[in-house]
Amino acid sequence: MNRESLRILLPVVSLAVLLGAVFYLQPRAMSYFGLNLLFNLAIPVALATVAQMMVIMVNDIDLSIGTFVSFCACVTATFVNETPLLGYSILAVSIVAYAALGALIHYRNLPAIVVTLGMSFVWGGLAVLILPSPGGASPQWLQSLMSVKPPLLPVAIIAPVVIGFLTHILIMRSSFGVLLRGVGGNDRTVSRAGWSVLKLKASAYGLAGLFGVLSGMALIGLTTSADANIALRYTLLSVAGVILGGGEFTGGRISPIGAVIGALTLTLAASFLSFLRLSPDWQIGSQGAILILVLAVRLVFSRKEQVA
Amino acid sequence: MKNHSAQNFSSASNRSTESILKKTISKPWLWAFIAASLAFAATMVISGGQGGSSLFYTAMTFASFAAIVGLGQMLVITLGPGNVDLSIPATMTLAATVALKVMATESGMVPIGILVVLVVGALCGLMNFGLIILLRIPPIIATLSASFIFQSLAIWSNRGLRIKPPEIMGQFVTGGVLGIPNVAWIGIGIAAVVWVVMERSITGRWISAIGQNLRAAKLSGVPVNRVRFGVYLTSAILASVSGFLLANFSGGAALNMGTEYMLMSIAVVVIGGSSIAGGNSNVPGIWGAALFMFLLVSMLNSYGLGAGVRLMLTGLIIVVLVALASKPGDLR
Repeated sequence: MNRESLRILLPVVSLAVLLGAVFYLQPRAMSYFGLNLLFNLAIPVALATVAQMMVIMVNDIDLSIGTFVSFCACVTATFVNETPLLGYSILAVSIVAYAALGALIHYRNLPAIVVTLGMSFVWGGLAVLILPSPGGASPQWLQSLMSVKPPLLPVAIIAPVVIGFLTHILIMRSSFGVLLRGVGGNDRTVSRAGWSVLKLKASAYGLAGLFGVLSGMALIGLTTSADANIALRYTLLSVAGVILGGGEFTGGRISPIGAVIGALTLTLAASFLSFLRLSPDWQIGSQGAILILVLAVRLVFSRKEQVA
Repeated sequence: MKNHSAQNFSSASNRSTESILKKTISKPWLWAFIAASLAFAATMVISGGQGGSSLFYTAMTFASFAAIVGLGQMLVITLGPGNVDLSIPATMTLAATVALKVMATESGMVPIGILVVLVVGALCGLMNFGLIILLRIPPIIATLSASFIFQSLAIWSNRGLRIKPPEIMGQFVTGGVLGIPNVAWIGIGIAAVVWVVMERSITGRWISAIGQNLRAAKLSGVPVNRVRFGVYLTSAILASVSGFLLANFSGGAALNMGTEYMLMSIAVVVIGGSSIAGGNSNVPGIWGAALFMFLLVSMLNSYGLGAGVRLMLTGLIIVVLVALASKPGDLR
């Protein structure tokens, strides 16, 4: 078993254990509709987590992804719905803005944590400007796409699998992906080999922007209306999801499939409590506890690896 | 590093006067105070000079809350790359809710309430550092996951009830001495202590040394883990103190009361001239930046801008300031 598949093993096992526990407590969840309900809201979380992963891949961290997804959700529920051309242009421009930020961060050698922090005010402000009070509506096609009922497996299962698979191909199997991860591993080497780190970093941020946009759109397809604070939690959830999925903060060591599984695990952790008939007060706490638990188990594994 | 280059630069001509000027200008904390004064002046222009003293008083009060958490965050960030305390908002909320519940609006319970605040803060710090050292979790994730748990504890402990602070506390936090609010005295006092620790004590040297080069610090016999433990403990205790003061000031603890302080605590550290890469702290800058952050918002407010534009401009100003302040080639 190579290192890459070893990295993915723990997230898979933790999701399986959690899912097993849910099925044990509530066998009726083991159905088409049960699964759809369990994982429905995981789709936007998974997309946001992949966005975060793109930034963590190049050794940065994005503290603005939650407000950015909220902003995209607001744009989707208003402009994209009413004047599609304008709406899509705004979303496209915001992806370019994300790429430009990546370039700026590299060019001026800025701390990403502070720049994205500042940007979180900007996206938040724009979201409030667009939608001062909750409202808007989902574009029809988006709503029907998110509520489509394919045979055999619900969208809530198919979508994360597709997201994980596609990003895996892009990041782990393409030469472009190798370069992107190389920036996280050792940007000087990449630059000496004749590649423009500036362009690569801009691409990584651009990809983050793209997945942020997708996350906002998916969220609106599910909720059918927006508000300016709709996805604030995603900032922390996405960081947690990436780490839970076997990613690390440095060295470009990330796993797209792991990140998607991490997002599913965190979403499931929240609903797990209701099956235990525990008070929803502990919903956030349980996500924290599961994160700690998985990291503790990972420590045990990595110690064993060192011994062997 | 920056001082050196500024001096070399100026040595070419007019050495005597210019170097003094450059030295003063290259003090990063000065900029925060200049920016704060400009924002203050701009607000005064709009109001026609009315309400200057009340604006000053309010700014000092709100800046204290940000400065106290900012000082804790500064110590953590000074420990070097990857060190940041994301549990500050949750710690503030938890300490405030538990303390207000214990005091149950009775003035006689205030000393016990203060004790509770310190204990809750210490426990939060212990939890954070326990995760970092025992489970070897990166500090960002450790404080993040701990904050999830603190948040749940806060929700569970107060059940959405808003308990009023005891009258005596309410009077204390809104009152002032010599034209300076009481909370600002506390904030200034804490800043003075932190300044002495950072600039005049061996502990401060240790903290900076760890931030500059962890390996070198370890090899030269710095008790790395003890120092880090102390720093995370201090950060959590300062957060809980600030949360307690804030809750008393705003007439009760709310579950979202700490939210804005996550961004605020990091922003004041960076704008205040401390290095985000660690190893270099700046205590006066924290106060300057805290004042600036509040005055900036009140300036934008007085120009009649809505919440959206205000947020946007605040963010843009932070990004532009950071982009101007750092030079290409600086270590991160």
